[in-house]
Amino acid sequence: MLGLRLAMVDAVGEGIMDKEENRSLEVPEVAISTNGAEELEDRTETVAINIDALSLWYTGVQAIENVSLQIPENQVTALIGPSGCGKSTLLRCINRMNDLIPGVTLDGHIKIHGESIYEKDVDPVAVRRNVGMVFQKPNPFPKSIYENVAFGARINGYKGNMDELVRASLEQAALWDEVSDKLSESGLTLSGGQQQRLCIARAIAVKPEVILMDEPCSALDPIATQRIEDLIRELRSTYTIVIVTHNMQQAARVSDKTAFMLAGEERVGRLVEFSPTQELFTNPSDSRTEDYITGRFG
Amino acid sequence: MSFETTRVTARYRQNLRSNLGGRLIGAVLFLCAFVTVVTTVGIVVILFIEGLSFFAEVSPIEFFTGTKWTPLFTSKGFGVLPLISGTVLIGLGAACVALPLGTLTAIYLSEYATPRIRSVMKPLVEVLSGIPTVVYGYFALTFISPFIKEYLYPEAGPYMAISAIVVVGIMIVPIVASISDDALRAVPRELREAAYGVGASKLEVNTRVVFPAALSGVIASYILAISRAIGETMAVTVAAGARPNLTANPFEAVQTMTAYIVSVSLGDTPHGTIEFKTIFAVGLTLFFMTLVMNIISSRITKRFREVYD
Ligand SMILES: Nc1ncnc2c1ncn2[C@@H]1O[C@H](COP(=O)(O)OP(=O)(O)OP(=O)(O)O)[C@@H](O)[C@H]1O
Ligand SMILES: [Mg+2]
Repeated sequence: MLGLRLAMVDAVGEGIMDKEENRSLEVPEVAISTNGAEELEDRTETVAINIDALSLWYTGVQAIENVSLQIPENQVTALIGPSGCGKSTLLRCINRMNDLIPGVTLDGHIKIHGESIYEKDVDPVAVRRNVGMVFQKPNPFPKSIYENVAFGARINGYKGNMDELVRASLEQAALWDEVSDKLSESGLTLSGGQQQRLCIARAIAVKPEVILMDEPCSALDPIATQRIEDLIRELRSTYTIVIVTHNMQQAARVSDKTAFMLAGEERVGRLVEFSPTQELFTNPSDSRTEDYITGRFG
Repeated sequence: MSFETTRVTARYRQNLRSNLGGRLIGAVLFLCAFVTVVTTVGIVVILFIEGLSFFAEVSPIEFFTGTKWTPLFTSKGFGVLPLISGTVLIGLGAACVALPLGTLTAIYLSEYATPRIRSVMKPLVEVLSGIPTVVYGYFALTFISPFIKEYLYPEAGPYMAISAIVVVGIMIVPIVASISDDALRAVPRELREAAYGVGASKLEVNTRVVFPAALSGVIASYILAISRAIGETMAVTVAAGARPNLTANPFEAVQTMTAYIVSVSLGDTPHGTIEFKTIFAVGLTLFFMTLVMNIISSRITKRFREVYD
């Protein structure tokens, strides 16, 4: 158990180091500190997604209650918690994916860059263009690799050079080198890990501000997982990323902030703790968080 | 020790028995499949033998290029084109009615209808295919044809292709709607969500992702429906009449290949005569027409379908 904790702390340390390198280019006057927590405090965060007192019911059965979260811009925010605590539900609220499920009712607000997305006159389709999503199981369209990437841009009336967009998106998703000579083959001919990167490229091609990922590595082997994690770390300079994961090491490795959710006896999910990742894993403020990350339940 | 042995033996015997049962079931199932195959082969062989003996007497060139089909008259004409044109007219016409209607019904049922509406509507649509075809025929003859004669085309006689087209079209809507609906609903939710996730509207999801992914099933429903339309005899005979007629005018009476075959089989034409053998020649032609259609459509399906699993 102790070993696991140490490993996680280690991973967090690495993550912070990465960021320090990035940051030191942008803001040279900030002294590089070996104390990650202090450094995170220093940063002035822009809130990208403001979730305010959100509750959701599936045909009358409450799934999450009163969740409030400020998700920072251009960072990776992880949602962790035991199965059934409402992580996916919360994530799918951010791009109004839950609208597609009949009988869902919702209370509270979500603002993305100040704009409330659950107002009456907001088009959920427009929200989803701005908030991309990567799913648990890789789900490329049964179309060519090229068409998979071009699809979103095409339906959104993209006027620029499609070939370039496809290439840039695949490059950003670290897939270009592997598929550049077979763009016309079906996306389904790729391996699971490649398919998931194709799905990331597909999301990127629409140029969203936010990318949501629901356990994007759970169907992948460790090597493919690592590639996706590397990718997530690269993408956070451009996108605000929210990732649901069951894998605490993964949360520790890739995320800047972590939200821990938990469902009580009545199976209604609530937010327990939301802190910088490193803090949450090394010095949780809630005893239930501590129990969960040390594997005592869940 | 001895207890152990008996137990093992008993178990062994039981295995043998159930194995025997399994083999018996296998044999019965094989027999069923075999009967089907033998029947099909038998039909094809008889079609070929009788058809070829027809072509020994009438040249294929006359048969396939002649425009007069009067084998039962004293001045015999063995040109099958009028029957083919009648068949194609009814088949294509019915397809024009049923494919759009059936496809849209399927899309509505699978993508737009609430579960409650669906659970009522789908059986109702399927009931259409349970109505005896002769009822469709009389509906056409006593309702649609007089209506058309009265308001649209007064020159028409009592029989006309168009009213057969309409009823056959309606008759095959359930085939298209029901099978296409199944194919559309089989498209995984993940694919729809992927499309919604990049900002596709419902219409875009349906037309660009769901429909293409279901295409092989949809086309299968089309083939089945058109084959049914081509094979349909009763309603067509009642509504469109029994006059071989080389025309594209849907307001005239026509005769289809199947209608001709029935009229001769049920008539008093003596077996073995050249007049009687015409039905095998016509049947053989019909057989090749449907065969070619099936081959073409399976090519189309292979080329355009999007395999998603
Ligand atoms: N479509 C739905 N209809 C009804 N109830 C649902 C639906 N989706 C989820 N739920 C319920 O809402 C609760 C939260 O589910 P959710 O999928 O958000 O959990 P999760 O934290 O993502 O779990 P996991 O880690 O297993 O993916 C669960 O009790 C679940 O049964
Ligand atoms: Mg989930």
